[in-house]
Formats: sequence, C-alpha cells, structure tokens
Amino acid sequence: MVNRLVVGAHYGLKDWLAQRITAAIMAVYTIVVLFVVFSGRPFNYAVWRDVFASGWMRIATLLFVVSLAWHAWVGARDILMDYIKHDGLRLALQVITVLLLAGYVAWAVEILWR
Amino acid sequence: MSSAAAKKPRPKYLTLPAILFEIRLPWPARVSILHRISGALLIFPFGAWLLYMLDVSLASEAGFERMRGYMQLPLVKIGALVLIWAYCHHFCAGIRFLLLDLNKGVELAPARGSALAVMVVSLLLTAYFGVKLW
Repeated sequence: MVNRLVVGAHYGLKDWLAQRITAAIMAVYTIVVLFVVFSGRPFNYAVWRDVFASGWMRIATLLFVVSLAWHAWVGARDILMDYIKHDGLRLALQVITVLLLAGYVAWAVEILWR
Repeated sequence: MSSAAAKKPRPKYLTLPAILFEIRLPWPARVSILHRISGALLIFPFGAWLLYMLDVSLASEAGFERMRGYMQLPLVKIGALVLIWAYCHHFCAGIRFLLLDLNKGVELAPARGSALAVMVVSLLLTAYFGVKLW
C-alpha cells in the first residue's frame, strides 16, 4: 500500500536507489569475472565449464543478471518516458522491455543450471 | 496557459542537422547521452548476444570451439568491439555518476575534466580489450 501525498516528491527515490545499488553489484561482478578470465589459466572448454560449475559463480552470475534486469528496467523506463510521447506506444515498448529482461533472467537460469 | 499566446505556433530550431552539427554540447552532456545510448545497446541487442554466446560455449565442447571460430569472423569482431566500448563507457560513466551523487567533483571544471576522462579511459579500455580479443 503506497501512502501517496497529493504534493511532494521522492516517488522515484526507490528506483533511483535500486539502480545505483544494482550498478555497484554489477561493477563488483565485472571485476571478479575479469580476474577469473585473465588469471593466466589456459582458455579452453574444461576451464570455462569449471568456472561456471562452481556454486558461488552460479549464484554470483544469477545475482548479476537479476541486478542487470532491475537496473536496465529503471534505465529503459527513464529513456522511454523521456522520448516516447505516445502513451500506447510507450506502454507497448515498456511491456516488451519487461518481457525481454524477464526472458534474460530465465535464459540465464537455464544456462547456469543445465 | 489558456491565453491566445499559448496556441500560437512556436518556431522550433531543434532539427536533426542542428542537433548533429550546430549545437555544440560540453563533455558532460556527451558522456550522459552516450551513457543512455550504450545502456540501450547493452539491453538490446548485446544482452541477448552475450547470453547466446554463453549458452553455446557452455553447452558442449563442440559449442565452445564453434564460438571460438565464430569470434574470428570480422563482423563478429566489430560487433564485439562496439559491445566492449558500450560496456566500458557505461561502466566508467556510471562510476562518475555515482561519485557525482556523492557530491564528488560537481564543480564545473572537475565535472568537465572527469567527463573527458571517462571518454578517454573508456576508449583506452576498449583498445586494450580489443587487442586482447584480436
């Protein structure tokens, strides 16, 4: 239940904060992956499979993808609100964005827990 | 806003040639709009592309080797280069925005300096990872 005031601001604060927290999570994951990939190990299928076979890497990757979906939703919504003036078209594009991002999360789960 | 003046058509100078060639934006504005463009590109098509490559490369040894060959195609390399730039730019500009949120470097001169730094650093990172990829 949202306790809406007739006047006032801060309605976007939660989204704004979520976008920044998810950004920090993705930044940390990016650094970790760079260290894993460029750790000097030979780059072949066995190594690649082992990287994503470990439990913590699967969890970290899933956290990354969920963060990405949340972060991208806030960003895409901002872009669509700014540039798409037609209400029906904007709604359609927002629905497509949500479906796309939800699809990415599902696809990532499928890849990671095959 | 019910006066007659509000209904009078106003001239608009915001044409595409004006946006592209006449309006000179400062570096922070360019970083900002590129942050949006790179973000949109990362959602689509690059998000789907990365998941596709992860999917095939993890599915089987044959898939991994197929992706290795796939990465050698010139068009794929160009696409990967754009993807790397978009990621690096979005990453660097994002860190700048986080610092601005913390009131770090909000004065005009440092803000312009850090914006230019984001452009340069993200291009250097793109070159670095591009060379590694090639």
